[in-house]
Amino acid sequence: MTAYTRSLPRSGRLFAQQARGAHRDHPLWFLIPALAVLVVFFVIPTLYNFIYAFTNWSSFKSEIGFVGFDNFVSLATNGSLQNAIRVTLIYAILVAIFQNTFGLALALLLERDTRINRAVRTAFFVPVIMSALAVGYIFQALLKPEGALNGILSTVTGSQVSIAWLGDTTWTIVIVALIHAWKWMGLSMLIYLAGLKTISAEVTEAAKIDGAGYWETFARIRFPLLAPAVTFNVATALLGSMNGFDIVQATTEGGPGGTTELLNIFIFRTFGQGLFAQATP
Amino acid sequence: MSTIRSARGSVGRLAQPVAAIVVALLLLGIPFWLVLITASKNQAEAFTPNLQLPEHWQLTDNLVTVFTDGRMVSAFFGSLLVMVPSVAGVLILGSMASWVLARRATRLMAFVYALAISGIVLPPAVVTIVLLLRQLGLAGTAIGMIAVYMGMYLSTVIFFVTGFVRTIPIELEEAARMDGASPAKVFRKVILPLLVPVLATATILICLYIWNDVFYALFVIGGRIDTLPLNLFQVASAGLYLQNWHLIFAYIILMSLPLLITFVIAQRWIISGITSGAVK
Repeated sequence: MTAYTRSLPRSGRLFAQQARGAHRDHPLWFLIPALAVLVVFFVIPTLYNFIYAFTNWSSFKSEIGFVGFDNFVSLATNGSLQNAIRVTLIYAILVAIFQNTFGLALALLLERDTRINRAVRTAFFVPVIMSALAVGYIFQALLKPEGALNGILSTVTGSQVSIAWLGDTTWTIVIVALIHAWKWMGLSMLIYLAGLKTISAEVTEAAKIDGAGYWETFARIRFPLLAPAVTFNVATALLGSMNGFDIVQATTEGGPGGTTELLNIFIFRTFGQGLFAQATP
Repeated sequence: MSTIRSARGSVGRLAQPVAAIVVALLLLGIPFWLVLITASKNQAEAFTPNLQLPEHWQLTDNLVTVFTDGRMVSAFFGSLLVMVPSVAGVLILGSMASWVLARRATRLMAFVYALAISGIVLPPAVVTIVLLLRQLGLAGTAIGMIAVYMGMYLSTVIFFVTGFVRTIPIELEEAARMDGASPAKVFRKVILPLLVPVLATATILICLYIWNDVFYALFVIGGRIDTLPLNLFQVASAGLYLQNWHLIFAYIILMSLPLLITFVIAQRWIISGITSGAVK
């Protein structure tokens, strides 16, 4: 058998291989463990979640008798859930915009490989490795009405400034999204820097010879070539902010008036505190 | 024309380092200074956090207080206990599965792949997961937490690695197979070494997510196992510590140290690790 396949020309050998089936070469037991974990700890809970969500309005209630279900029914129908979903989407879009704008701006500012730039890049990566909860507390202290930022502004302007940065029903979500972007912009910056490095100098030289300025070269040539980095950064920013919890919990806890209540904050407020209380002796 | 441009260039060459330092001082210097300076104050001085120097320094006192009261040691090992097996697990199981998913071109595999990566978009159903863990007797245990993290991040790993495996020419595997290598050996000797860049990216990102996670940890192991972010949450929300900014910030300094030290030591490796798998 082996002698036979070896004597075949390349294409024939490939064909024989396919006929023999990739099954033996890529056995299923490589897939099974991951699939088992996924099915038990992701697929089944997600399906149950949908089932519970859809049985809200039917008479399954007596059958599914676990604590907290009644709460879920009332909250799902009184609009909090819809509000949380809306807030989450707005937050995710704001974060994606801010994080990418800041990341790209930093990458362009720190593009040249100098000693100072390398040090500053490293510094901007520190928030990325910090706990998001810690970042949230830092900014709560900065942005309190009697906090540090208003102190700085008072000194600069010479008059008492006491803006409630985290207490505005319209703008606080923007502030919180800015904090989220602050934490993660170092990661976006790194990805953009790597993307900028992959653009060959010849391309930009050619543009320069044709008389294009810095910004024109960037807008027309370098930015389009950054597409893979943009995709990666927008995707990670969206996913990260859809799952956001820590920063908002540490700064506003969903307030004021539910205007920053992300889905995870909503879930935590509805179920988490109860579960947490039960788990705490 | 060219003189104008070179003049602008030299101004830019001078302005750029200044701009870089000013931006860093404003965006990073102020928050970090606030942390350091507040963590050095006593309760009365720290009550309204500001950027002024403390009248008398008690940074070490505060660090010692949170080190013992915040159960720092058990939190550190609790964080390690859930992070290391989760990350090792998702990387090993994820890359094994990705190899089969990338190489077998059947309709069933396409379905399994779609199911596997749906976790990237669908948020984990945390409430039903906790109910499931209770039925399995895993609620509040490290194994339950590890399983939840694995279920969450397997999708990410499978998504990244399957795409990467597809770029590896199958001829490489076949050469090894001709020499009589078993599938396990082909995977270990041929595929796994080629996956290093993408696995490096995944390792760093998933380590960051799990090490700093507080949301899922609150639901699954809150109150049972200490982790660094969980204890920060308790320190900051417990009535005893409420508005005790000096202790909150002292805790933040201590809890950031392990990753900060790791980052400083392995900086070059981490940065190239993140970027190697991301920009392809």
